Amino acid sequence: MGCVRFFLDGEFFEVENPDPTRTVLQYLREDLHRVGSKEGCAEGDCGACTVVVGTLVDDRIQFRAINACIQFLPTLDGNMLFTVESLKTAGLKSNQLHPVQQSLVDCHGSQCGFCTPGFVMSMFALYKTNPCIDRLSIDDALSGNLCRCTGYRPIIDACLSMTNYPTPEGSNPLIFESARHQKINSNCGINDQEQLAVEQLRKLKHSDGLTIKVDQRLYHAPNSVNQLAQIYTDYPHGHILAGGTDIGLWVTKQLRQLDDLIYIKHIDELNQIEQTPLFIKIGAAVTLTDAFGALSKQYPELRPLFRRFSSAPVRNAGTLVGNIANGSPIGDSMPALICMDAKVLLRQGHQSREIELQDFYIDYQQNVLQAGEFIEAVLVPHKDRVWQLRSYKLSKRFDQDISAVCASFSIHLEKGEEHGKIANIRIAFGGMAGIPKRAKQTEAILKDQLWNEGIVHKAMSALSQDFTPLSDMRASQNYRQQTAANLLYRFYLETRQNDPMTCDQLDVFAGQG
Amino acid sequence: MQKPVQKKVKNKEKSVPTGKSHAHESAHLHVSGEATYVDDLAEQAGTKHIALGLSQCACARIKSLDLSAVKAAKGVVAVLTASDIPGINDCGPIINDDPILADGLVQYVGQPLFAVVATSFMAARKAVRHALVEYDELPAVLDIASAKREQSWVIPPMQLQRGNPAKAMESVTHKMRGEFSVGGQEQFYLEGQISYAAPSEDGCIRLWCSTQHPTEMQHVVAHTLGINFNQVVVEMRRMGGGFGGKESQSAIFACIASVAAQKLNCAVKLRLDRDDDMMITGKRHGFSFDYEVGYSDEGFIQAIDIEMIAQAGFSADLTGPVVTRAVCHFDNAYYLNNVKIVAFSAKTNTQSNTAFRGFGGPQGAFAIETIIDNIARKLGKDPLDIRKINFYGKNEKNTTPYGQTINDNVIHELVEQIEQSSDYQKRKIAIKNFNHDNLILRKGIALTPVKFGISFNVVHFNQAGALVHVYTDGTILVNHGGTEMGQGLHTKVSQIVARELGVSLSAVRATANDTSKVANTSATAASTGTDLNGKAAQIAARTIRHRLAVVAATSLGGDPNNVTFENDHVFSNNKDISFIALVDLAYRASVQLWADGFYKTPDLHWNQQTMQGRPFYYFAYGAAVSEVIVDTLTGEWKLLRTDILHDAGNSINPAIDIGQIEGGFIQGMGWLTSEELCWDPKGRLTTHAPSTYKIPTITDCPDAFYSELFDNQNIEDTIMRSKAVGEPPLLLPFSVFFAIRSAIASVAKNRFNPPLRAPATPEAILDAVQAVREGREVL
Repeated sequence: MGCVRFFLDGEFFEVENPDPTRTVLQYLREDLHRVGSKEGCAEGDCGACTVVVGTLVDDRIQFRAINACIQFLPTLDGNMLFTVESLKTAGLKSNQLHPVQQSLVDCHGSQCGFCTPGFVMSMFALYKTNPCIDRLSIDDALSGNLCRCTGYRPIIDACLSMTNYPTPEGSNPLIFESARHQKINSNCGINDQEQLAVEQLRKLKHSDGLTIKVDQRLYHAPNSVNQLAQIYTDYPHGHILAGGTDIGLWVTKQLRQLDDLIYIKHIDELNQIEQTPLFIKIGAAVTLTDAFGALSKQYPELRPLFRRFSSAPVRNAGTLVGNIANGSPIGDSMPALICMDAKVLLRQGHQSREIELQDFYIDYQQNVLQAGEFIEAVLVPHKDRVWQLRSYKLSKRFDQDISAVCASFSIHLEKGEEHGKIANIRIAFGGMAGIPKRAKQTEAILKDQLWNEGIVHKAMSALSQDFTPLSDMRASQNYRQQTAANLLYRFYLETRQNDPMTCDQLDVFAGQG
Repeated sequence: MQKPVQKKVKNKEKSVPTGKSHAHESAHLHVSGEATYVDDLAEQAGTKHIALGLSQCACARIKSLDLSAVKAAKGVVAVLTASDIPGINDCGPIINDDPILADGLVQYVGQPLFAVVATSFMAARKAVRHALVEYDELPAVLDIASAKREQSWVIPPMQLQRGNPAKAMESVTHKMRGEFSVGGQEQFYLEGQISYAAPSEDGCIRLWCSTQHPTEMQHVVAHTLGINFNQVVVEMRRMGGGFGGKESQSAIFACIASVAAQKLNCAVKLRLDRDDDMMITGKRHGFSFDYEVGYSDEGFIQAIDIEMIAQAGFSADLTGPVVTRAVCHFDNAYYLNNVKIVAFSAKTNTQSNTAFRGFGGPQGAFAIETIIDNIARKLGKDPLDIRKINFYGKNEKNTTPYGQTINDNVIHELVEQIEQSSDYQKRKIAIKNFNHDNLILRKGIALTPVKFGISFNVVHFNQAGALVHVYTDGTILVNHGGTEMGQGLHTKVSQIVARELGVSLSAVRATANDTSKVANTSATAASTGTDLNGKAAQIAARTIRHRLAVVAATSLGGDPNNVTFENDHVFSNNKDISFIALVDLAYRASVQLWADGFYKTPDLHWNQQTMQGRPFYYFAYGAAVSEVIVDTLTGEWKLLRTDILHDAGNSINPAIDIGQIEGGFIQGMGWLTSEELCWDPKGRLTTHAPSTYKIPTITDCPDAFYSELFDNQNIEDTIMRSKAVGEPPLLLPFSVFFAIRSAIASVAKNRFNPPLRAPATPEAILDAVQAVREGREVL
């Protein structure tokens, strides 16, 4: 009934009524026997399966690396797929390696080679999108790729040198031309091959959205919010799918059968980031990458958090609203959003309502959503300079780890006569309770007090009244309690009136964001 | 400021194929996705797939096992249990205590109980969940402390003693006692365990298996099926990483896949989901230590007595040799005159721990390094000074506790060189000043040495064979007993053959390890891959060269002994002939153009009872300096800079050796910092996927990372006078751990020894910070 249509190596592919939860990786390896992309974990954590998806954005092709192991095949509809096999074939001669590949060979960047195709594709996305590659952008781009052999140094060297390779005459510029070359030749504009790709993708738009039905299992991909609202009213037990960075694991790890999937990324309205008079409005289909890009323009102080939020491929697929709706107690965006006083715009049928994000969560994995109701957008207030905001994440590893504790603080200190008094403060934590939660009792102790060493210590002790965290493999209760308090102290040291400390005096990773 | 990551490769590039940084022979295939791993092979028609049903109990008798719903599930072709195994239900590499499928008794959470064979991998996995298993729970032993209480061991304890530490302890200047531990480590090869078995005529089995030990797979499959060794062929082109985890523990999967293939008479693939892989297979052994040491005012170790306990898991597997190596590496680079080491192998109801790069050596050496670090702080001295005064001498104090004389000691000059090149002393002062000025963040630095013994502790394992074929177009195929897991073994062996025959490297191709080509091979392990197989290939190539030299001398004139081979040409009597033309001549003269080579390491002997002998052919040396910064509010830390100087002898391929050194360093750093294995109170591993088990990622690679090869030649007649380089670098990141410890100690003005446990997770670091603040230290 439905057809998934996409391009692979410039060739048009049409897959009729696939199993909606068949992953892109299964499709590549098992159906096409295109086995360059590997499975290392089937949960989006190792990157061996990384592929690049080309999407039509503002009349250009946007290249983004994603994890094929947790991406469902129907979500490719309307896009271009690039796999490790795509790179060499785009060369002039059949044995010509792409600069990304050649630099890895020259720098001795592969040993066992199993992670290599994934690295190649993450590097390819970097090659195509970043005109000035440095160590920081390399770490960012490759944060979702595990290598157990090399120790990464030669891979970093390869990334630093890959744009120095010449683009061979006659090769396909869609694949061979780097962002750096494009910047240098900016007068040339969009190359022919990209223009062709843009036109190809334009033709793939389904006018009425896509519906797939296999053995009574449905996959809907509407292309308007109204359509979505109607479908979700009709199928209230269906699952709304966006990036699939969590739902993918329900299939690959929990082996669940998902009967009704409602995919929202084809809805233009939900892909928008809008500057309204009061808010930055981020639609439900906006990826974490784009949402963080927009938010860090106004809130650069959140960049360190955004860097540590999962990995590049997960941020490229996953959405900010997905993180909110999922409501995991260890979701990293919510403490900061709560401190920013963000709201969520909910939609049910023709009805809309706005509620405070902090009121969205009721209890562990419970929220206020009614049957058939979904989050249409998150509304983040524009920056108000009287507030100082910080968000700190703690985990065993810097890249792509789940928080032991994620803390966010926002403080408004009085100026003038009541200089130094806490006019208002918001403190929110992830990892400390069943939901992302404010430290209300601690806030009450601080409000209207002078922001000084004495009061901060009082507040640090009070945190144990707000939270009784769990012990698990990420951290013990004791560590969570102790560091929650210590992070409040770090925040104090950074924002105290006298002699505030800089982040590089307080954070070992400072300079990384 | 972004500093480019740098590398230094000191060895001069040479024009011959050895000594040169050739790319990995498969690099062009790795990067293009064309390198095939077992799961990438085209499947035979009708291939079936297996998923395993695992025990949910740490220790229990199986009351009932109802698999009817599993059998009825969609796509299921067969369900196998222990009773379906025609031969011996055991795959233990040394002792028969490793059932392939549990029979009545389960001994850890994750132990395979049954195998589902289905038309697809997903169908098999889904069907597994329909099993109804009733357990009669038995008391489980879950950790080292309980095992010690219960005296629960997999093998008898070992003891190594020299001098009389008990008596010496009576007259030492200072005495210190203490206990500490080091955690285990998951291998986390990126390619999970996999076996693909296909039946062939006359009851034979052909097996493609991701394994470091094809010969052992051949043996266990034959035992399991009740067939002869000559009925099983195992092929292994490359692994997506092994690190020891595919030495013995690929066996269980090879056996199950083969049983299914034989029973169903079709090809069967057993590929593990990552979580199942981590739940089933063993890891690096965690160790606990209890010691007493006596030392002088200068920090010279006068007597030392240590008890070490390794967590073996539910079966012996390779624990015996692992613990032997731990005992033989407790000395690391230090002369211990009065020493007693007692080592136990705890039987616990957890995964059966196995080989992992270093094979007990890192754990043993970690113990002495911790003790030396403690002595230094007790005396208020720099740990480097204590290390230096305890180093083995060159011509005296040069006998190990196990009776081997060290005649290749370069640790003094190596440490001297890196102390200078890393600016250790200057940076130490800068760090002291930094710590004086900083309230929250603290820095630390440490220089740690490595001495690592090379050879299998089991003497007869130190043998290898190779086949070299020269074809009539002048191209060469080499096959040997080693397996390629990324370490560059095939590249080095090809370089050796190319050099022997004076041809370009491009003329030589290395092929898959295949038990039907070279027989009775040893595991590719103990860092010996190139030492053994490189020599065997060299011998084979030399045999051919000698034959060709006779042909060349006959054709060109001159003495066959003076014929030279280089640049794809052969020279004699001031004339030359191309290699290709000479090969053609030789063929027409009916000269055999292929040969075998066999090598065994000379002069090794070892008595496991007395723990005396010469277990190692030689030693590899190295040292590293690492500087870290630690957050005393959260325990987070970052590696700022590492300098490494490592002895690979006369390197055959400097780039590959540097790759092993840096890769081993980062992997070892993971072991000692972020890689934490956790089990819940019921014995269930809770860190069984990369979402919860954290190996180092790219940001963990320091901005400043300087690795250099130490200018050296092996004094033994090893292949090209090189040294093995696989395992020794895993010990280099001790420098990271002790730098963290030093940063923590600075919180209380270095007065206390931080009770920092390994792995040093942020939580472990914060606990240690808290402890030294409160004046609590190690015992």
